[in-house]
This record gives sequence, structure tokens and C-alpha cells, in this order.
Amino acid sequence: METVNLKINNIPVEVPKGYTILQAAKMANIEIPTLCYLKDINCIGACRVCMVEAKQNGRPMRGLLAACVYPAEEGMEVFTNTPAVIKSRKTTIELLLSTHHKKCLSCVRNNNCELQKLALEYGIDEDRFMTEDPIYDIDDQSPYIVRDNNKCVNCMRCVAACKNVQTVSVIGAIKRGFQVHVGSAFDKSLDDSPCVGCGQCIVSCPVGALTEKPQEDKVWDAIADPDKEVIFFTAPSIKATLGESFGMPIGTNVEGKMAAAVRRLGEGVKIFNMDFTADLTILEEANELIQRIQTGGTLPMFTSCCPGWVKFVEHYYPDFIPNLSTCKSPQAMFGAVLKGYYAQKNGIDPNKLFVVSVIPCTAKKFECTRPQLRSGDGDYDDVDVALTTRELARMIRRAHIDFADLAEEDYDAPFNKASGGGVIFGATGGVLEAALRTAARTLDGDFKKVDFEEVRGPEEIRTVTYEVAGIKINVAVTSGLGNARKLLEKIKSGEADYQMVEIMACPGGCINGGGQPLQSDSVRNYVDYKALRSKALYDQDKNSEFRCSDESPVVKMVYDEFFEAPGKEKAHKYLHTSYVPRGNKMK
Amino acid sequence: MAENSLEFKGTPAQEEKLMAVIEKNKAFPGALLPVLHEAQEIYGYLPIEVQQMVADGLGVSLSEVYGVATFYSRFSLTPKGKYQISVCLGTACYVKGSDKILEEVEKKLGIKSGECTPDGLFSIDSCRCVGACGLAPVMMIGEEVYGKLTPKEVGKILDKYINEEGGAQ
Repeated sequence: METVNLKINNIPVEVPKGYTILQAAKMANIEIPTLCYLKDINCIGACRVCMVEAKQNGRPMRGLLAACVYPAEEGMEVFTNTPAVIKSRKTTIELLLSTHHKKCLSCVRNNNCELQKLALEYGIDEDRFMTEDPIYDIDDQSPYIVRDNNKCVNCMRCVAACKNVQTVSVIGAIKRGFQVHVGSAFDKSLDDSPCVGCGQCIVSCPVGALTEKPQEDKVWDAIADPDKEVIFFTAPSIKATLGESFGMPIGTNVEGKMAAAVRRLGEGVKIFNMDFTADLTILEEANELIQRIQTGGTLPMFTSCCPGWVKFVEHYYPDFIPNLSTCKSPQAMFGAVLKGYYAQKNGIDPNKLFVVSVIPCTAKKFECTRPQLRSGDGDYDDVDVALTTRELARMIRRAHIDFADLAEEDYDAPFNKASGGGVIFGATGGVLEAALRTAARTLDGDFKKVDFEEVRGPEEIRTVTYEVAGIKINVAVTSGLGNARKLLEKIKSGEADYQMVEIMACPGGCINGGGQPLQSDSVRNYVDYKALRSKALYDQDKNSEFRCSDESPVVKMVYDEFFEAPGKEKAHKYLHTSYVPRGNKMK
Repeated sequence: MAENSLEFKGTPAQEEKLMAVIEKNKAFPGALLPVLHEAQEIYGYLPIEVQQMVADGLGVSLSEVYGVATFYSRFSLTPKGKYQISVCLGTACYVKGSDKILEEVEKKLGIKSGECTPDGLFSIDSCRCVGACGLAPVMMIGEEVYGKLTPKEVGKILDKYINEEGGAQ
């Protein structure tokens, strides 16, 4: 590998050719602050926070250089903290703040804001330049994302995530100069656009311009209401990320503390384990796959757990709607289980159950509002509120629960146990792996393999062929909608032939969902946080009491007492759904 | 941004022309800008319908098209009237009170600068110096130049056009 030698603040480093100054500096353990740069997402050298001074051949180079885009050169001497550099950064930040709506105290990003952090580090005067009053209307029309452009710094990280990573591209820069702002075409609401609601824009945002549509207050109200029985259930990935909100290292599994914390939110609050409905999804989905293969149904079958992906198909590839598994997502299945089976069994009026899912995702907030997921002749939503991991963390903080010191507790019975297959739903490849475990055992009772490592891992698109009971099954896995688009085009052109395809809208799967705790650029640019979060799930899977969804006693119980068997009439009524083409144009 | 209040009245001939332009350019990187230029030539402005056709034709998103269309001031999102009024706000005209002239035109027609009347007859824009500073303050209606204006005269001039059109106002 060709390398270049240079000095960063007089420290010699040797780095691969093609590295930027920013990357080279990190090799010398010197971080250069950034604002618009975000690894794998945005690299446009626009914000001018990462400016450095440099010399080449002993002579000062002209002007300051943007470290995030300027390549490290042989013999270069870079200086990252000179008075000129600091003065430049300081002025840049002061200018950014001149139009920033500085409502930091009540801002959802207070203490977790990249601009605030820079302002503190550089000792800026936030009122040096004239401040404009808020001029943009807040867009909170959609059920999932709120945009407040009065706090936007025009870094374009959200635009890049939407356009380059997800290829959805429903937001962009509008106008120029002082009037430039980010929004949807013709300045319409995001709700009027073919947005899929994945929330990757939110987790890319350095400031408080983008947040999920907050719904904690609805839950607090329900907890305070003596007529409501409040039930939480938490998605597989939450246990692997919630700890980050309380200062724990990335990849800490906080399942037991999470159960204890939710129970302390209010009297009578129950917490169930959504890994159970992940298992239930697998039984229905594996059965559906076998049915489709044996009866000549539409193939490949696409997984339908991810609501961002489902909405993507409905907007952009409606021809593929018959390929989507009719299985409801684990969130929706749990809603149906609770307001159908559980309410009936315990003699509770479903209207008095207040069901709260905690999910890594903003698209699931939309999913709750789908008319197909209302029950009781359209009287009530199966899931009343979907909270992101961040919202749950905010509730735990408001309740002043001592999260880090909590003793571990279990989920509430009867929905407490789940298989390792249910656990790994939270990482890309997990759903397919869990389905393969159960499908293989269904087709061949002696099938022993449980670790399908080939479908895990970070490669963009993984394809494998398995042979079970004489049937060849070609599978493909990908995550990130840009990759999904590539895969769909291959399937469309007939270039690829699969029986089952797993797709998650967010790169890496739910562990990197749009509702997960925010990691700043100084972490995301240098740490493989997705791998660390996934590892927490795979470790738990490895140590699970049982690995395959069909081994779950809870799943057996609900079939025995209510749903009869996978694919049966009652199971179909409660656990399956339908989809609608939505068009890819602005409303 | 306010959407134009006028209904889009594109003709099949215009659409055919636009499609030919898209076809000719779509293989080139950066085709969006020249295509938008020609689209504005064809339609006179760039309403959402035209931007959507450009987006679909070039395989780019509408938000990207809108971003480019709003970045350059030569692109107009609102239609131009049959009579395009342009009030000079250049230094000489401004000193002679052309802001009052613009105000009067806006008041008389009930629209703001940059907009078009609902009947499609008049649109108002401001400009910077038409090279007739000796006649300041100056306004142009189409190719016709009106100089040494007073707000009072503006009303009379506009009435002339309105009467010619059968008193549509």
C-alpha cells in the first residue's frame, strides 16, 4: 500500500495515500472538529469548521485548508490549533449562531448538540452578530419527523443521508445565500412528499433541527389515567442501545435495567418482550415462505418487518407489493396479540389497554397509524403510541430513575421469553437468519445448523444458497434503501433469482435506526458503532436458552390458546396485513 | 414559497418540445441546468408540473430540481403576464422615487412584485437600470418604455391596457 509521510502539529505520521488531513490527524491522536462532515454520509467541505494551517516544502500554503476534504500530502506540515485556525473557527461558529434560534434550554438536543459543544470549546460570543428572529414555520405535519429550520445550520447531512444513502431524496437545499434552507420541493410539508419515514435524517443532524414527533406526553397522560392499563413492549434492538443515553459504552446490553426502569415509570406499568413477536413473525413468515415455494406463489418473498422498507416499496416499487410478506411487523403483531388475545383472556376492554411500543424507528410511528392496523371495527389502534429509544430515555430521565445503578429485572409474564432468533431481529440479516433456522427445522427435522453467519456482516449485499430437504433456497440480505434499490433492480431485470430477501431501511438494520440514541460526529467518524451494537445482540443470541423461534414456549402458548397454527384462519386475521401503492410524487 | 395562483395550461406541443429537450440532454452529467433553461423558454416559467416532468425525464428527484430552480434568480416559478411590467429600481430611478411607482403598480393590480394577475394579463418585476436614466423614474411594459413617471400617471397608463383588453380588471 502506498503511503505518505507528514507531520501533524510536529508529530510525524505515515498514512495510506488518499487519506484526508482529518483522517491523518486522527492517526496522530489529534481530532479536528467537524460539523458538516459525517463519515459514509456527507463530505462536502462546506461548514469551514475543520480549517487547518499547513506548510509544504517549508513554505506556508495559501489560506486555510478544509481538513475533511483536503488530501494528506507527502512532506506536509499541518497545524490544527494555531491562533489563525482558532480565530477562523470561532468566527465561523459565531456566524452560524447569528441566525440560529438559540433556545438551548428547551431544545431536545441540549447537552447533545454538536454546535453547542463547538461553541463551548471555542468560547464564542453567541451575540457577536445580530440575531434574526425565527423565520421558518416548524414542519410537524408528518406522524414521524419534525423539522425546525430555525435551528438548522445547513450542513446538508440530512440531505446527503436522504439522497445518497437512502436514494429517497425528498429533501434538498432551497434558494441561496441567506435564504437557503432545507425542505421538500415547493416548500411543502414532508408529509406531502413520498418520504418513507426512516429517520436517517434525524440521526445525521448535528443540532436540534430534526427530531422525531414527540409522543411521551401521551404516554405520561395514560400512566396517570386510572382507567388505562399501560403496557410497554421493547423492540429487540433497544436493549443494545438504550444504555448509550445513560453514558454507558456503545454495545452494552441493558435488557434487565430497561425492564426495571420501565416498571418504575408508574404504578402498574407492565413491560413485555417484543422479541416474542419477532419469534411469532418468524413462524408465520417461515410458513408463508414454504407455502409460496410449494404452491408456486410470488417469489422472492420480501420481509415485511421494517415499516420504512414497506413504505419504500409502496411509494417506489408498487409492482413488488405482492412480493412483500403479508406478515405484520413484530410491533403490529404485538398490538394484535394484546388487544385481541391478551384482552380477551384477561377480560379487559381493549379500549382500556394503552399499548406503547418502544422501537428504534420513526417509520414505526407511521405504521401505528395505518388503517390496516386498526381493530375492533376500526375503533382503536392496535398500538397506541410508538416511542423511539430516545423518547424512552427522556421518560426515564424525567422520572429520575437511577438507570445505571438499577438491579436487573425480568420482563413481565406471560410475554417474557424469546429465542435467540428473536433477539437478532435488530441487526441486518437477523430476520432472515431466524427464518432460516425455523424453515430448515420445519422442512427437515434433523437439520442442525443454527448459525447462518454468511448472512451477517457488513457487506452491502449478501447472497447465499442453502439446500434444505432437497430444496434449494437462494437468499439475499441488504440494508439501507440505496442498496435495496440496487437489489430490486437486479431482481427486476431477471439478473438475480432469490426465494427470500431481507431488507431493512436503515444501514445496519434496527441497531442504526432513525430512533436510536444520537452519536455525534466525533464518535461516528471514528468508531464502528453499528458493529458494536450488533455484537450485543449476537452475543445474547449465542447464550440464549433456545435459539430457534419455534422452540419458544410463549409462541406455543399463543398458538395453542388462540391462533391455532401458523397460517390458519385466526392467525391470518390477526397476524397478517395488506399494503397499498402510494405513488412517488408530491401531494 | 407561494405556489402560483394560475392553473397550469401546458399544451401537448409544449410537452413534446420539452420531452425532446430532455431526450437530447439526459445522457450528459449536469443536464438539469440546460434542460431547465429550455423548459423556461418553452413554458415561460417553471411550475411544479414542468419541474416534475423534468425530474421524471432526467431521473432526478423533484427536490433536486426545485433546489436548482430556486437557486438561480433567472428561473421563475410564477408565470409572466401577457404584459410584463418591469419597474426600474436602479440608483437614478430610485432617487427619483421609483419605489413609489412600484408600490402604485402593485396596489393598482393587487399583486406583488414577482407575481402575475389571476387573469394572466399582467406580471410585475423590478429591474436594475434600463439605460434610460435621463427619463427616471422609468417603467417598461413589454417593450414600451414609460419615463418621468408620477404615481398618478401609472394608474392612467395601466387603465389604457386594461381598457384595451375589454375592462377585464
